[in-house]
Amino acid sequence: MSKFIHRESELEQVAGNGLLHRRLFLSQGAALLGAGSLGLLTARPTTAQELPAWMTAPGLGMSEYGQRSPFEAGVTRHVAAVAGTTGSGASRTPLESLQGTITPSSLHFERHHSGIPEIDPNSHQLLIHGLVERPLIFSMDALHRYPMESRVQFLECSGNSRPNLSATPPGGSCGDIHGMVSCSEWTGIPLSILLDEAGVTAGGRWILAEGADAAAMSRSVPMAKAMDDALIALYQNGEMLRPANGYPVRLFLPGYEGNISVKWLRRLKVTAEPVMTRDETSKYSDLLPSGQSLLFTFPMGVKSVITSPSAGLTLGGPGLYEITGLAWSAAGTIRAVEVSADGGQTWAEAALSEPVLSKAVTRFRMAWRRDGGPAVILSRAIDETGAVQPSRDELLAEKGAQVSYHNNSIQAWQISAAGGVTNVYV
Amino acid sequence: MSTSSVLRIGFAALTATVLAAAAAQEGPDLGETPSPELVAAWDISVSPDGAGLPSGLGTAVEGAPLYRVNCLVCHGQEGEGLLNDRLVGGHGTIGGPAARKTVGSYWPYATTIFDYIRRAMPYLQPRSLTNDEVYALTAYLLYLNGIIDENETMNSATLPAVDMPNRDNFILAYPEP
Repeated sequence: MSKFIHRESELEQVAGNGLLHRRLFLSQGAALLGAGSLGLLTARPTTAQELPAWMTAPGLGMSEYGQRSPFEAGVTRHVAAVAGTTGSGASRTPLESLQGTITPSSLHFERHHSGIPEIDPNSHQLLIHGLVERPLIFSMDALHRYPMESRVQFLECSGNSRPNLSATPPGGSCGDIHGMVSCSEWTGIPLSILLDEAGVTAGGRWILAEGADAAAMSRSVPMAKAMDDALIALYQNGEMLRPANGYPVRLFLPGYEGNISVKWLRRLKVTAEPVMTRDETSKYSDLLPSGQSLLFTFPMGVKSVITSPSAGLTLGGPGLYEITGLAWSAAGTIRAVEVSADGGQTWAEAALSEPVLSKAVTRFRMAWRRDGGPAVILSRAIDETGAVQPSRDELLAEKGAQVSYHNNSIQAWQISAAGGVTNVYV
Repeated sequence: MSTSSVLRIGFAALTATVLAAAAAQEGPDLGETPSPELVAAWDISVSPDGAGLPSGLGTAVEGAPLYRVNCLVCHGQEGEGLLNDRLVGGHGTIGGPAARKTVGSYWPYATTIFDYIRRAMPYLQPRSLTNDEVYALTAYLLYLNGIIDENETMNSATLPAVDMPNRDNFILAYPEP
């Protein structure tokens, strides 16, 4: 008997509308689902007699820098430029087209304030000054001789998922709404090593970090974070940072809102108080219903999103599907992700794909037997501190309708009988 | 000495070495001493108390023509916003159902205006303005927002003393109170 055939009794339902026990994944893995498939690709079978052309002649030769298949050319970032200001704006990662946890560097989201500088590393230096015993300036060659660490960690823009704060559910794909989060292997020098060499003097509680872009983008960083797990990052996913991600050197502050991980890092000034830059006061502050605003809301809250099925994808007929997505939290590791297929009436715990790393995205998976009727699918993450991802209503009740940043609320996708997926609020 | 006690001592020594390495990771000390001139030239950040403000001065009267040349195309005739951010107005809207955040209605510190114009504006030619011009444009934006008079001089002493309307409505989320 084929291992792909399951008796009905083995497909134990664990929550409403067809959610199945995660044992299905843990024991049989992808094989079953490969057979069931998501029905998202258009199958084009060849006849048995006909050899495909690529088996009848040698293929292409080697290349100095790799390219993806031309058949994947449609997987692209969604670019939203600010009119009249070339280089200012954002592009979002097509989360719905990706798997696993590492964001390909070429598809990493972008947020620039005055374009991507083309920096010659031989003409770039990093200055540390201010409340230090010895001001220091480093060439890029010097930095590359320092001891480094590699960490797989997420980076999320504070304005990610803002479209879902509008009064009516926006159109667009999962990436259009939530694609300003990434996860990469970042390699660099613990900032504490450089600060120890400079010798932070008494009263040095903040660090002004400034980029070498045309906006000289700047933010104030707490000394405690700088000494804890801040990296002077040089590498992303094994190769030198991409220009769009801060080449040749950026700050990386794990778990903190993306804007503060200053790219193209040129200057670190140790100060007693925050400098109150334009980006930290007028932009990345959180207006409250009272009219007051919170300054320095750094950590990105516990969050998850189902990347497949998601808006814009179309499901095939009834049968087995995998519901999968990403979960992350600035507080550390993801403890659990719960999934619902009946609009939040019942929930079941998804399987978490290893590795589950601190301040990284975690991939979750849930088996689902779609009966062909309508469904509303949700995911809800819980982190190692026990913090639970809020519903959209809970977030708005707590933060008010004027909220603009740090939207970590639950995403709902409605699946019609025909298999279409749309964004809904529940 | 028995074999096991030798092993224990060896293990203890190894553990101590590993812990020392983890506690105080040492760098190769390759930073060079920058010249005071380099530090002064690079240090363009301005704090709310005025630290970092250069010498120079300007008024809104002087800033108006500079605004028309450098800013109007993106920010509108009188800061009402065009291709890019609205800079003027919105007073009294913060905390209401349709908050309009502008330099005048929202920004807590006048020093930030100088800091930001000097580092990033005009968009196509950042760092092209003189300090006097930056003071004049800062004064003009404050004047358009009704915060200072047309002939009030902005310099390193007067700018930090400007009372921004929304100043007291900011709460520090970090460090936690």
